[in-house]
Amino acid sequence: MSDRLYSKDHEWIEMDADIGTIGVSDHAQEQLGDVVFVELPEIGRAVVQNEEAAVVESVKAASEVYSPVSGEVVEVNETLTDDPAQVNADPHGEGWFIRIRVDDMSQLEGLMNEEAYQEFLAELD
Amino acid sequence: MRYLPHTDADRQAMLGVIGAKTIDDLYIDVPRSALLDAPVDLPHHQGELAVERALSAMADKNLSGANAPFFVGCGAYRHHVPASVDSLIQRGEFLTSYTPYQPEVSQGTLQMLFEFQTMVAMLTGMDVANASMYDGASGTAEAVLMANRVTRRHRAVLSGGLHPHYRETVETYARYGDFEIASQNLDPDGVQDLADLIDENTSCVVVQTPDVMGRLRDLTVLAEACHAAGALLVAVVTEVVSLGLVKSPGEMGADIVVCEGQSLGNPMGFGGPYVGLFATRDKYVRQMPGRLVGQAHDSEDRRGWVLTLSTREQHIRREKATSNICTNSGLCALAFTIHLSLLGEAGFTGLARLNHEAAQRVAERLAGIDGVDVLNETYFNEFTLRLSRPAAEVVDALAERGVLGGVPLSRLAPDNDALKDLMVVAATEMTTDEELDALANALQEVLS
Amino acid sequence: MTATSSGHRGLVMEEPLLFEQDADGRTGVDLPDAEGRKPRLGGLERKARIGLPGLSEPQIVRHFTRLSQKNYAIDSGFYPLGSCTMKHNPRLNEKMVRLPGFSMAHPLQPQQTVQGCLELISTLAHWITTLTGMPGVAMSPAAGAHGELAGLMTIRAALTARGDARKTVLVPESAHGTNPATAALCDYKVESIPANERGRIDVDALKAAMSEDVAALMLTNPNTCGLFENEILEVADVLHDAGAFFYGDGANFNAIVGRVRPGDLGIDAMHLNLHKTFSTPHGGGGPGSGPVVLSEPLIPYAPLPYVVADGDGFRMVEHDDSGDSFGRLRSFHGQMGMFVRALAYMMSHGADGLRMVAEDAILNANYVMARLKDSYNVPFPGPCMHECLFDDHSLKDTGVTTLDIAKGMIDEGFHPMTMYFPLVVHGAMLIEPTETESKASVDQFCDTMLHLMERAQSGDADWFHEAPHLAPWRRLDETAAARRPVLTWKPEEEKGEAA
Repeated sequence: MSDRLYSKDHEWIEMDADIGTIGVSDHAQEQLGDVVFVELPEIGRAVVQNEEAAVVESVKAASEVYSPVSGEVVEVNETLTDDPAQVNADPHGEGWFIRIRVDDMSQLEGLMNEEAYQEFLAELD
Repeated sequence: MRYLPHTDADRQAMLGVIGAKTIDDLYIDVPRSALLDAPVDLPHHQGELAVERALSAMADKNLSGANAPFFVGCGAYRHHVPASVDSLIQRGEFLTSYTPYQPEVSQGTLQMLFEFQTMVAMLTGMDVANASMYDGASGTAEAVLMANRVTRRHRAVLSGGLHPHYRETVETYARYGDFEIASQNLDPDGVQDLADLIDENTSCVVVQTPDVMGRLRDLTVLAEACHAAGALLVAVVTEVVSLGLVKSPGEMGADIVVCEGQSLGNPMGFGGPYVGLFATRDKYVRQMPGRLVGQAHDSEDRRGWVLTLSTREQHIRREKATSNICTNSGLCALAFTIHLSLLGEAGFTGLARLNHEAAQRVAERLAGIDGVDVLNETYFNEFTLRLSRPAAEVVDALAERGVLGGVPLSRLAPDNDALKDLMVVAATEMTTDEELDALANALQEVLS
Repeated sequence: MTATSSGHRGLVMEEPLLFEQDADGRTGVDLPDAEGRKPRLGGLERKARIGLPGLSEPQIVRHFTRLSQKNYAIDSGFYPLGSCTMKHNPRLNEKMVRLPGFSMAHPLQPQQTVQGCLELISTLAHWITTLTGMPGVAMSPAAGAHGELAGLMTIRAALTARGDARKTVLVPESAHGTNPATAALCDYKVESIPANERGRIDVDALKAAMSEDVAALMLTNPNTCGLFENEILEVADVLHDAGAFFYGDGANFNAIVGRVRPGDLGIDAMHLNLHKTFSTPHGGGGPGSGPVVLSEPLIPYAPLPYVVADGDGFRMVEHDDSGDSFGRLRSFHGQMGMFVRALAYMMSHGADGLRMVAEDAILNANYVMARLKDSYNVPFPGPCMHECLFDDHSLKDTGVTTLDIAKGMIDEGFHPMTMYFPLVVHGAMLIEPTETESKASVDQFCDTMLHLMERAQSGDADWFHEAPHLAPWRRLDETAAARRPVLTWKPEEEKGEAA
């Protein structure tokens, strides 16, 4: 079982000290279809919990990626610019979007663990 | 009713299948008070001949570039359109098809638009062009909105030489889109410096060349000033034929180029529909408004084309779209593309040269008339005269003599007193010696 | 598919790009020689080659003829695109717009020399205001979305004039994408109103969303589910009681022209798409024309320019001394070429014929719904207006999607319906036959649709996934095209540099 936590908007975050890596869930990439473009924030930008941090596009849809917690962007996954298909191929690994320095660790408490997220998905169907 | 195939028997049979007694049963959701029982108060149907006569009678009331000596320009131009252009655009497969959303059965429109995009990029000296906008003026407003998105700034500087219709259009979009405009007034005595108006909030400078008075402008230094301040240079061209003879805005450093494309393939038609050309650098393509066609391959690896990068557009992005634009000017873009491909490199540059020389002949002849000063140091196919009388009166007096002599600048900018005596005169490959004689004689008479 | 040595397949011709047929020095026009004057260009002469291809006239005519043959069109077949009103485009319209008195008139000629043009605009405006029951119309918008922009700006100007800085526009979730995009362009916050279980706007939700901050509701009626908003009079009252305006999207006017006047429904502003209801050609995606009709309180704020009757003649007002007009949205006066076509169409049908247009349009749509309803799931019961909506419920567990049905239709010789719109139902299929299809044509279409559903339900999913099989092209890879966009042709040497 990983330490990955999920939001209701289908983003995940994985913490390493105060740095959180953020991506979209396998369910989200499946819903979106083949990803053709990813728009990433600039490094240093402050992102706010549940507000837009990045944009991900398929041929027929565009979705915002919301940051599950607030923080400052310290790294972005540049490889997605050339190879957005990574989001489909490995959403929880090579397909990560951004790393942020988390402002307030208590914001993590409202997120779901793997098990809770799977239950959440089951309810959606 | 010649456009309706159903017979009364068809209608009855269909109502039967539906399970309705009368058509009004199908209007059951309309509030009864709003359903009309009788035709509205307008004439009843007419045959082709009657309609043709009525509309021809209206057309015959106009003086036009077909039957009068003609020198009117300022954003729309009288050019010769080869016969094959109109013949081809009337093919039903072009005329009566819709936006190419289903690429497997729309390759004709898609390939044509790809060729259009390529030729527009070539003419403007840019990397990429979209599949067209409504016209040059609304395209210019879209260019400013795009520059605001790219730079995340909200102040546009507009050159005084920008066509007043274009300037007013940008001002309207600004008033309602909540960004700021810094405009120059049109100065008849020289091309003004714009660099002073650029500040750290400036998203773009919009400059037209040739400008509304016909004067050419080197954009190179201005482009450098824009880029140094982190702003974009938006170049506007209202006479696309000028690009056959004049250095392209791209070569001079522009970041977005907007043109009115009417001159190629499209009649003046009392103002529309026209075709806005919109081109930019590769790096800004995702901030572009409008449709884009891209190359693709099918499952048998045959080359084809599709609408692409659609996530910028309103039907997907809704309130977050780059523009609300949906319709483009497809048929006008087709006419443009056919005309330009008939011309080719040699024909297009040759046509531009003929236009420039026609304007020189007219300018030289009119300069010899008492009460006429030619203001332009430089021009392509139109230039501005200072007259010894208010230009609006002169234009009316010329019209009384059956000559369509030009545009009084006071018509475009009535508040600017400095323009009162100025008239813009255009000439093209269609201008004949007889027309020039008629204008020169009438002008002499009016001014004496 | 049998390979041929030429690449052609019978009448379907391979056609390279213009640029791939270029030969230096070839041209499709013969121009007189230049005199060789010294240019007056201030040293700005173009030195670089443009790169335009050289072809002769026969090559150009063949090129564009071959391209045209790769397009589906109303002239060649049934084109049931919902919300697009793909009706027959009469050729009289085309003949009239080419009269030199219209086509060779310049928009900045002295007004006394273009009285015929102004008369035509004024006459068309009269037809439009009479058909809509509205007191005014702004003719200049270039297309439907441009008309929406004009309408919302007029509303905002009227609100500003009364010192009312409202910031929200309400848009039903079933709306065309242009509605929210237009509201955003006017700097309004967009709030979505849900549909009720009958596919209409939820009036209770509307009431709950109303406040003094709401400037307008943008409502399409008939709506994008093909249904008439039967509570529309109440909707208008809710808006007007709260001081808000009622914007109508007139994209679907074809269902009601001559039978219902928006002016009797409490509408304050509504654009009409002349390329839909009034038969001006779609031309592969434009040009359109989007006059917007206005209620009395909005008329002073209408965009420039506009035509007024003046003594025995007409006058174009290009500048507004009162300062009320919100301004200009484009160059010159509007889509004159579309005005001529639309008026030719209206005069041909007349007041009596236009009623029959609406009636036959809804007859055809209800007939399609009746014939398909046992096979395709109808999310909202009829009667429908000029288009009928199905969802993909009947395709559940077949492995076939709405997109697959669309591609199957191509093999059967039909243009697909509008798919995946409106967004309020799953896998939407929106079918608009229009009044210009005969019963035989509609029957053949229905037979085909029934056959396709049978085929999908019989487990033939593989055939659908590979469709179209018989179109000039097989399914194109839009994903690859979007990942690596190639938007212009480049000569081989430049492609090499770029790689």
